[in-house]
Parts: sequence; structure tokens; C-alpha cells
Amino acid sequence: MTTVIAPPESPANSPAPRPSRGFTFPARFLPVIATVVLFFAMFGAGSIRYEGFSSPQTILSVLVDNSFLIVLAVGMTFVILTGGIDLSVGSVVALSAMIAASALRSGWSAPLVVVAVLLTGSVLGLLMGLVIHYFEIQPFIVTLAGMFLARGLCYVISVDSIPIKNETFTSFASGTIEIGDYFITPSVIVALVVLVIAAIVLHMTRFGRTVYAVGGSEQSALLMGLAVARTKIGVYVISGFCSALAGLLYAIYTLSGYSLTAVGMELDAIAAVVIGGTLLTGGSGFVLGSAVGVLVLGLIQSFISFDGTLSSWWTKITIGVLLLVFVLIQRLFTRRTV
Amino acid sequence: MRSFTKSNLFWPVLGLVLLLLLNLTKTPDFFSIRVQDGHLYGSLIDILRNSAPTLLIALGMTLVIATRGIDLSVGAVAAISGAVACTYMAGSPDESTAGRAIVAMTMAVAVAVLLGVWNGFLVSVLGIQPIIATLVLMTAGRGLAMLITDGQITTVNNSLFSKVSTGFVLGLPIAILIALAVFAITAVLTRRTALGMLIEAVGINPEASRLAGVRARTITWIVYVFVAFCAGIAGLMIASNTNAADANAAGLFIELDAILAVVIGGTSLAGGRFSLTGTLIGAMFIQTLATTIPTMGIPAETNYLFKAVVVIVVCLLQSPKARAVLAVRRPTPLLTKGSAA
Repeated sequence: MTTVIAPPESPANSPAPRPSRGFTFPARFLPVIATVVLFFAMFGAGSIRYEGFSSPQTILSVLVDNSFLIVLAVGMTFVILTGGIDLSVGSVVALSAMIAASALRSGWSAPLVVVAVLLTGSVLGLLMGLVIHYFEIQPFIVTLAGMFLARGLCYVISVDSIPIKNETFTSFASGTIEIGDYFITPSVIVALVVLVIAAIVLHMTRFGRTVYAVGGSEQSALLMGLAVARTKIGVYVISGFCSALAGLLYAIYTLSGYSLTAVGMELDAIAAVVIGGTLLTGGSGFVLGSAVGVLVLGLIQSFISFDGTLSSWWTKITIGVLLLVFVLIQRLFTRRTV
Repeated sequence: MRSFTKSNLFWPVLGLVLLLLLNLTKTPDFFSIRVQDGHLYGSLIDILRNSAPTLLIALGMTLVIATRGIDLSVGAVAAISGAVACTYMAGSPDESTAGRAIVAMTMAVAVAVLLGVWNGFLVSVLGIQPIIATLVLMTAGRGLAMLITDGQITTVNNSLFSKVSTGFVLGLPIAILIALAVFAITAVLTRRTALGMLIEAVGINPEASRLAGVRARTITWIVYVFVAFCAGIAGLMIASNTNAADANAAGLFIELDAILAVVIGGTSLAGGRFSLTGTLIGAMFIQTLATTIPTMGIPAETNYLFKAVVVIVVCLLQSPKARAVLAVRRPTPLLTKGSAA
């Protein structure tokens, strides 16, 4: 991205912002707006087609069923903003759920388990970040190794599904928060808190600005004296932490740990980020967009469950088509700015 | 010998040999190959036969990676190919005739090639990043395969079709003969003509090669069509092995195995120089690893753990930075170059 510093203009020449511009958003908001419009269009279409779809509970249920994916997509957004990618998140979700389930079974207390799982995820992210940055190996292949490693560790813990019977976890799972006539679960609150914190970190801290700078041009960021190393490693730690947290939410959602769960969830997270308007080349995008991207993916599921005659595979096909559409929009968008 | 240890193939070959020797310690008759009914049987033959689908896809993937690309959709393409062939055969009254099988397989490969044309179009004409362009088909492809099979596992009963995976010609499994034939053709086409050099040129610098008069766009397009063609044949092998098309499980994670085989073989993900022989050894290595782990009495599921270790070791061996750090123990300035992600 190039920043053109406008020459100082004399007060007489500088025109006041023209009111005729109205509500023109900066171009960088366009992809996110497209996603939000798509979301409401889908919701509108669903409300017309299916009885009972128009209830706000439909959206809240999407949130309830996808809270872990929101957390995952938030972490993935950080990585993709720097121009990297993290393929390990799905396996780390499974590993976190496995660790939680097996540690709880062997009698660990719930807070200790939560800390242990979050620590494991963060350390795994840290290791991948270190290798990516200091050995200059592509993020794709390093996180692929991380993916294999986490999945392999799952099987080392157990090949069978482990149920979670811990009271703290089960009460968290069955808990609901009523909003008027509707309800959400505590997991949704966790996801929303993560989203808000991520947005604050990205837009109001030095670290956040460096994330965008590294994604825009790593070389320039380095020449500007920004902490490139710390930032590049940091985003993988964040992604690892978010994956572990998502794993905990997933364990609570399913009340079990199983090695074969969350296969391909990294693709859902990447799809959500892309549909949410973040450029895969890095440097442009918002966590809020990713969250809306998750909602769009969730709404597709709702469509299929409301319809009843559509088969489940239409979910995958629709996600693929949406990905394509958004990638094409992004392509047009980047071509124009270049 | 000196030149061999310096060769890029030294480490992959050494790894493969060590793995095979490890097997020998557990199973003394590991290397024995016996002849039964005019066919060759033995652990080594099994490894060869089972590695055929991965090898085929990895060959195509080598060329894609050499152009600085990647194709994530090969698993889905393989599933679609199997689904097309099985659904076409199962839906006809003369299911078991040879003619039917030939038409079905031709159709399946044709569909795969079409999907390759689509991927290539997205990457070379529209200029979308390969990873995301092929992610589209990776996500949608399994859905399409299920659409074709109607969500069922379509079983077929056709002797010619099942021969693709289980049959023998001249004592050797047909599957590996097909894979080796594709290997030979690819090797001749890339090494005896200028094609290989052009592919490397595109991978090293697409813009410079275009200015030098190389049709970078056409070359990029061709490699995506080729990998899809390979994936199509691999899909037929996978389907023929079980005489069924399983849209969900067929070719699952095969794209990762193929990429792994390419990386083990010494082809850099950054594009440019590629080694088909390295890929061949890489594919054998992955299959031998999968065979070794249960032999050693370790649960087969922990395969992933060992793959992770292999990926890390291979990457560190290939990374110039890591080599420098490991070889000379002096503080090197860790300047980051603008990495092309």
C-alpha cells in the first residue's frame, strides 16, 4: 500500500469536504459491506421461503452453533492479514478437545485444564511462528507439519472418543442466557468477547498496525523499523491461542474429545475469512468481516435444515461458489487499486 | 560417491533405504518377492502398488509446484473421477462389460481434465492465487462428488475396472505400471524437450519469462490440466481398489501426501527447479512409512506424527537459513527477505 502525503495546501485552496459525497465508504470497507449485504439478503430470502426463518433466534442459533468457528476465524484473520496461512487450526481444535477430555477424565480441575489447553495451543503456535520466521520456510508447509503433529498427538492420547463429565464443563454447556424471548449460550459471549478484543488489538494498538504493515509489505515494514519478527511470530501465537480456545468451546459444544473431529475445519475458517473480505495476500481486512463470514457459512446450514429436501452436500457446493464469487470480487478490487 | 552425496537425491534415498532396513529388522523376509500364478507378491510389491495413486498425483503436483503454484483440489478431483466412473457403470444394464468400463473411465478422466482447465483458468487467466483458486474446488468438489453419487457409496461389479487397481501385467501390478508410464512420459516430455526448462523459468520469475517470450500463461494452464488428469486416473485407481466410489473418503488428504512427496523429493515450494525422480522417491517414502509404522508395533494412526517429523526435518534440510545456522555456530544476521507467500 502506498501512502501519498498530500502537499500542504493553502487554506484558500483546500475545499471543505463536499457534502455531495454522501455515504461513500472508503474502498477498503467494500468487501465487508458486500458480506454484510449478502448475509441480510440470505436472511431475507430465507424468511420469505421458509416459515419461522425470520425469527431473530435463527441468527442467534447460527451464533450458538458456530461460536468456536468465530474464534477460529478471528485467529486466522490475524495470520492472513500478515500474508501467512495457518493450516493447523482444525487439528489443534481436535487436540485441545482431546487434552481437555482426557485431563478431566484423569481428575484435573477445570481451571487447570483450561490453562493447560490454552498454553499448549499458544506454544504450538509459537513454535510454528519461530520456524516460519527464523528459518524462512513457507507458512503453508510449516503449518501443514503442525497440522500433522497435532492430529498425530490426538491419536497418541486416545484413538477412542472420550466423554466429558466434569460439572463445570457440563453446566457451561447446558447454560443459556435469555435475551427477551430468545437465548444464546455462554460460548457465544466468549466468542463475541474474543472478537471485540481482536478488533481493539488490530485497530488501536501498535501491534495491530504492525500486522497490517507486515501484510502490506514486509520489506517496507522492516525498513520502517517495525518489529516484524515479533509481529510475525505473534500472529501465529494468537492463532494457536484462538485454536485452543475454539477447541475448548468445541469440547463444550460436543461434550467429548475425539481424534477424528474438526477434520477440514481450517478450510471453513479460511473460507470464512475470505468471504469476510480479507485479502489472502495480506494487508487488508477486518475481524468483523470474518465473523460475518462465519455467520454466512452458518446460515447456509440453516437453509438446508429449514428446507429439508436439500441434501447436505449442497453446503459444500454453496461454500465453494461463495468462495469463488468473493475471490473474484477481491480480484477486481485489487486490480483497481494497483 | 562424492558427487552422489552432494546430489539433491541423497537425503531422500538415504531416508528410504533406512526405512526399508528398519522393516527388515522386524520382518526378516521383508525383501522377499515370490512368484505366484505368474504374479509377483511381496511387501515391496505392495508398497509399489499402494503408492501408485499418490505417485501419480505427486508427479502432476511437482510441475504445478515448479511453476510456484499449488493444487489443493486433487483429492476432490480424484473423488469426482471415481464417482463419475462408478455412477456411469452402475447406472447401466451392461454394467460388467469391458466396453462400459472403458467408456466410464474415459468419461471420468475427461471430467477431471475439465476441472483442471477450470483451475488453470482461475490461476493463469484471472490471476487468482493458486492456493485459493484450488481451494474453491477442494471445498465444492466433494459436494459435487456426492451430488453425482447421490450421497451413496456406489458399488460396481466390473472385472476390467477392478483390474485397474488389482490386476497384473507381466507379473507387475497394473496400477504401478500406469504410474510409471506417466512418470516416464512426463520425464521425457520435460527433460528431452524444452518444456521442463520453460516450466522452471515460469516458476523462477513469471514476469521475466513472459518478457523473454515464454508463454507463461499457457504453461501455467497446462500444468493444472496435467495434475487434474493425473488426479483423475488416481481417482479411478482408488475407486477400483474397493470397487466403489466413496465421495467422502476417496482421496482424502491425498493432496497433502502428494505435496509432501514433492517436498521430500527436493522440489522447493518456492518454485523453479524440480525433480521428478525425487518425487518418485518421496512417494515411495510416504508409502513405506505408512507400512513401517504398523510393522514396528506402533498404532497406524500415529502415522501423522511421523509425517510431521519428516516434514520438519526435510524443510530444515532444505532451508538455506537453517543450514547456515546449523552448520556454522556463529551469530548470523537474521535479516528477513520479503517472502513471497
